[in-house]
Amino acid sequence: MADTITAAEPTRRDFLYIATGAVGAVGVAAVAWPFISQMQPDAATIAAGAPVDFDLAPVTEGAIVKLFWRGKLIFVRHRTKDEIASAEKVDVNTLPDPQPDSARVKEGHAQWLVVYGNCTHLGCVPLGHQGHYEGWLCPCHGSVFDTSGRIRQGPAPTNLPVPPYKFVSDTKITIG
Amino acid sequence: MEGHSTYVPKSGIARWLESRLPIGGLMHSSFIAFPVPRNLNYFWTFGAILMMMLVVQIVTGVVLAMHYTPNAKLAFASVEAIMRDVNFGWLLRYMHANGASMFFIAVYIHIFRGLYYGSYKAPREVLWILGVIIFLLMMATAFMGYVLPWGQMSFWGATVITNLFSAFDEIIPGVGTWIVTLLWGGFAVDNPTLNRFFALHYLLPFMLAGVVILHIWALHHVGQNNPTGVEVKNVRKDTIPFTPYATLKDTVGTVVFLLFFAWFLFYIPNYMGHADNYIEANPSVTPAHIVPEWYFLPFYAILRAIPSKLGGVIAMFSAVLILAAVPWLDTSRVRSASYRPLYRQFFWVFVLVCIGLGYLGAKPPEGGYTIAAQILTFYYFLHFLVILPVLGLVETPRRLPGSIAESVLESTKGGSATAVSAGPAGAVASPQTKG
Repeated sequence: MADTITAAEPTRRDFLYIATGAVGAVGVAAVAWPFISQMQPDAATIAAGAPVDFDLAPVTEGAIVKLFWRGKLIFVRHRTKDEIASAEKVDVNTLPDPQPDSARVKEGHAQWLVVYGNCTHLGCVPLGHQGHYEGWLCPCHGSVFDTSGRIRQGPAPTNLPVPPYKFVSDTKITIG
Repeated sequence: MEGHSTYVPKSGIARWLESRLPIGGLMHSSFIAFPVPRNLNYFWTFGAILMMMLVVQIVTGVVLAMHYTPNAKLAFASVEAIMRDVNFGWLLRYMHANGASMFFIAVYIHIFRGLYYGSYKAPREVLWILGVIIFLLMMATAFMGYVLPWGQMSFWGATVITNLFSAFDEIIPGVGTWIVTLLWGGFAVDNPTLNRFFALHYLLPFMLAGVVILHIWALHHVGQNNPTGVEVKNVRKDTIPFTPYATLKDTVGTVVFLLFFAWFLFYIPNYMGHADNYIEANPSVTPAHIVPEWYFLPFYAILRAIPSKLGGVIAMFSAVLILAAVPWLDTSRVRSASYRPLYRQFFWVFVLVCIGLGYLGAKPPEGGYTIAAQILTFYYFLHFLVILPVLGLVETPRRLPGSIAESVLESTKGGSATAVSAGPAGAVASPQTKG
């Protein structure tokens, strides 16, 4: 602030200079806003994210069915008793992304596992019933998931996320 | 740099234009009188080859855009229509697809030329960094171009590469997902993604051309490096005018390169591609073995070598960006590897490491391949961060020639004693003068 002491009183030119700069900065931000915002999902894409119903009855035990919600792949897996048992008996604290199997399924519906179908590493679709834990194995970079969709080995940082869904009846779910 | 001659407009129209826009003088000083070190070898023709490839890519690309439809439902069919229905569409598309590979072959030779002869050292740091920016723009352009045919490799390549940015979630939760959604314009790679990639694929080459102009401007300001790495001391003795000498040499190199290009184009046009990309994009199935285009394989191997998502992404981007720091990492005051006995050996080890990483990038990520990729990734960074700085301090370089002219005359004496007495020796000593 030493300069302002020796400098002359602020002039109208100083005021105009600062005011123009301030208005210009606001203007740049106001112009940048729509240019960034247009990149986000548009109204139609978001509207396509309305909840979808899915009938579980045709899904036989042991099968994995794929469906899409909001353009994203979802696995619905009808787990066998062995698969449920192997998912439940794991010591949760030894997992890279600790989560008990019970937190990944709906209570009373342990045979149904519903997870997003893209690997949490870089988005490839893991292959079902493969890998050491017979859950999923990602062919791209070798991430191994167990029968609860939890990451066990490889570069994926987190478990396959569980999408929002609820049971409408014992054989029907609503995703979204 | 001061040229060998100055522009004198010959006609009245040229004089009229020159006094209003001195473009004739600019062209003359840049491409006719510009002094070129007299000892340049054929590795110095790759700048011209790259210019030609940029033009080939822009011309074929603009024509292809006239027949292509950037829509997720129509893109794949429109590419097939280019291949089957459009007159010479197959040729134009193969030129463009193989042209991208040729562009990368040429740019890798160009980069390794720079690394071997120390072309990045003062005063050429900015020239070198502009080159790194061009390389990054090339990679972005090539990646987005590969997405456009909307085949399986297009789709899953786009998914994997855009998901790299989701690694930011490990620093600030939510930020990575926000960026990826912004790139996609949706919740997965889909039509909005294809649309914006098409627009950017069309835009980036022109931005690249802009940076190329800066690259050439910087080159012409500091002058070219040469195989001895010795600076030009006497323009008359050490250099020759760009035209006809460099112009003709560049033309020879360009034509030979075009022959190589034509061999791929006409005999093995799908050799560099991947058969899975002739299957239309399917978001519910990832191909069993996804690999990027060959020119990304070394970086892909580095990505996969690190057993952590964020770490892998950081390592991969660092592998490219570290090039920009090379002018300061290399502590040696001698430019050319010809006079650096140790660096020359480490240079070739580094070349083999890069080729090895490329090989591993194409292999499945398991067992011994992963371990080998980790060792080579470690060496890749060791080369830049330890070997380059330390070598400059411990290495005893060979004696440098006093000047470019001296090095040329020395090699002539040693090379063919019989020629010295005859006319050609005189031509070598002062090729810019006749007889």
